[in-house]
Amino acid sequence: MRTGVLSFAAVVALAFATFMPAGPALAAGEQAELDPQEWSWQGIFGGFDRQQLQRGFQVYTEVCAACHGLDYVAFRNLEEIGYSEDQVKYLASLYEVEECCDDFGDPIYRPAIPADRIPNPYPNEQFARASNGGALPPDMSLLTKARANGPDYVYNLILGYEDPPPELEDEIMPGMYYNTIFDGNQIAMARQLFDDLVEYSDGTPATEAQMAKDVVAFMHWAAEPKLEVRKQTGIRVMLFTFVFTILAYFLKRRIWADVKH
Amino acid sequence: MSTEKGWGARAFDWFEERLPIVSFIDHSVGTQYPAPKNLNYFWNFGSLAGFMLVVMILTGILLAMSYTPHVDYAFDSVERIMRDVNSGWLLRYMHANGASFFFIVVYIHIFRGMYYGSYKAPREVLWWLGIIILLLMMATAFMGYVLPWGQMSFWGATVITNLFSAIPVIGDEIVTWLWGGFAVGNPTLNRFFALHYLLPFVIVGVVVLHIWALHIPGSNNPTGIEAAPQDKIPFHPYYTAKDAFGLGVFLLIYFAVVFWAPNSLGHPDNYIPANPLATPAHIVPEWYFLPFYAILRSVDNKLLGVVLMFASILILFVLPWLDTSRIRSANFRPIFRVLFWIFFVVCIVLGWCGSQTAEGLPLILSRVGTFWYFFHFLVLLPVVGWIETPRSLPTSISTPVVAKPAE
Repeated sequence: MRTGVLSFAAVVALAFATFMPAGPALAAGEQAELDPQEWSWQGIFGGFDRQQLQRGFQVYTEVCAACHGLDYVAFRNLEEIGYSEDQVKYLASLYEVEECCDDFGDPIYRPAIPADRIPNPYPNEQFARASNGGALPPDMSLLTKARANGPDYVYNLILGYEDPPPELEDEIMPGMYYNTIFDGNQIAMARQLFDDLVEYSDGTPATEAQMAKDVVAFMHWAAEPKLEVRKQTGIRVMLFTFVFTILAYFLKRRIWADVKH
Repeated sequence: MSTEKGWGARAFDWFEERLPIVSFIDHSVGTQYPAPKNLNYFWNFGSLAGFMLVVMILTGILLAMSYTPHVDYAFDSVERIMRDVNSGWLLRYMHANGASFFFIVVYIHIFRGMYYGSYKAPREVLWWLGIIILLLMMATAFMGYVLPWGQMSFWGATVITNLFSAIPVIGDEIVTWLWGGFAVGNPTLNRFFALHYLLPFVIVGVVVLHIWALHIPGSNNPTGIEAAPQDKIPFHPYYTAKDAFGLGVFLLIYFAVVFWAPNSLGHPDNYIPANPLATPAHIVPEWYFLPFYAILRSVDNKLLGVVLMFASILILFVLPWLDTSRIRSANFRPIFRVLFWIFFVVCIVLGWCGSQTAEGLPLILSRVGTFWYFFHFLVLLPVVGWIETPRSLPTSISTPVVAKPAE
């Protein structure tokens, strides 16, 4: 049993070594400095820009969703970014979900409803890896919290594609792409965003940087959907605590007035 | 007060005769507990620690109602708490950051005890109970961090439980026994959850003993001399009011982190589901374990590292006898006072070293720091107690205070 686990681990490690040589073995380049962005949710009053989230959702569905899941987001959550109940129902109905089972034990396929999670593009991890040269496209629902300086990191990474410097050109493995931000400078995801790749319905020019910013905003909402209620609650709690503290201070002074100390 | 008692007062008397719980509380933290009148704000941290224990237990019980201790569901159930459980995000952020703030409060409480010599006779048992609480807190926090079953949860659990494999001969068997299998897995998560739920109530029990042991000699004070009866004031209303104000200031900082920077003290990798096949680039424990982690990694020998790490806490048990000075407060001990602050800085530096890769400058500093940590306890404290000339102590707490206006 133990040997089985170990040899399995060895096989997987070998697979990693073969398909994902992202390790420092080939890392001649350093990770480039992140260019920090201004985000609408920064600061104690910060929140999300619904228009931007919807644009980001559009980029997600038209570009990212081909490979990246959004496992923790249900269609019903999209009402939080400004879609109406009917719009969400319609959006959901465009997807098909598999359910267990009919009376013969065969899976049922039905249109999704708002209560369903957004379906993952792949049925399982092996399928996802097989479709991507061994690499696993990470789920996008927590990504901005799962990386240091997540929003800035993802934004810079999406825009971090360049031609490799001449001395590294030969070291880029087949199926890998040069990226200034990704650890080791080789990433299995090709550059995805090009100007005017999507057409925004609100008329915002779909530049590469704009799309990157919008999709990162959407990802951050997906990762931290309670951000706005958290910050709003925070203001009220802090005001209450502040008043409590002031009152407690004067109460303490008054009670201690007769003590020489 | 009229001699005729109302029905409410008589009912109260009836109950108190049978179970005097109100007078018990009144004697513990009320009008019947006389405390020195010169306690400074560092004495707030005991009650703050008690407050945080209550916060952790309350939020923890509510979280446990929606948490699933299974390797396949733990991460998802935490995300469900964050997204779908009413105010679940608040409970989790209060609990996760609460652990950090609990440790901040307790570390300040311990350093206060060290500075003012609160561990010295007749408070040795009180000090011991405090160390036991610290050890229980560390075990509880470690197991709690495993529960979300993120990458740091899994690999932190793997690294820390593997420490026991350093024990000669039976080490590997012990580790297998701790895991409930041949790797950190579902049995490990299950037992950690059970113990994480149990230990806080054990802490409550030891806290009761801690307060009991406090009430035998009474509170120490910044002068370190025995407080005469005329220098004492009732805990309530004086210290309840002072503690309420201190609590407000503390809450402002705690809530600022909970509401505005709830992930600042956590590691991003713990938002990646546990994966036994992918080791994170740097496995680091939570910040409150970093000084001990630095001590662990300061030597090349694994067994020695483990021994040093456990010794760094266990040595506190004999601190009352390592410190040979009979003067409690550092305010009257010129050399010890300097050594205390050096020791404090060494602990901070060790914490920084623990967050870095163990090589180069951090490794050198963690070796120097580890050496100084034990040198402080084993050599400096006994020797300084003999050679130091303390400043003259006041005859009573009131003396320096009351004397001032006469100047």
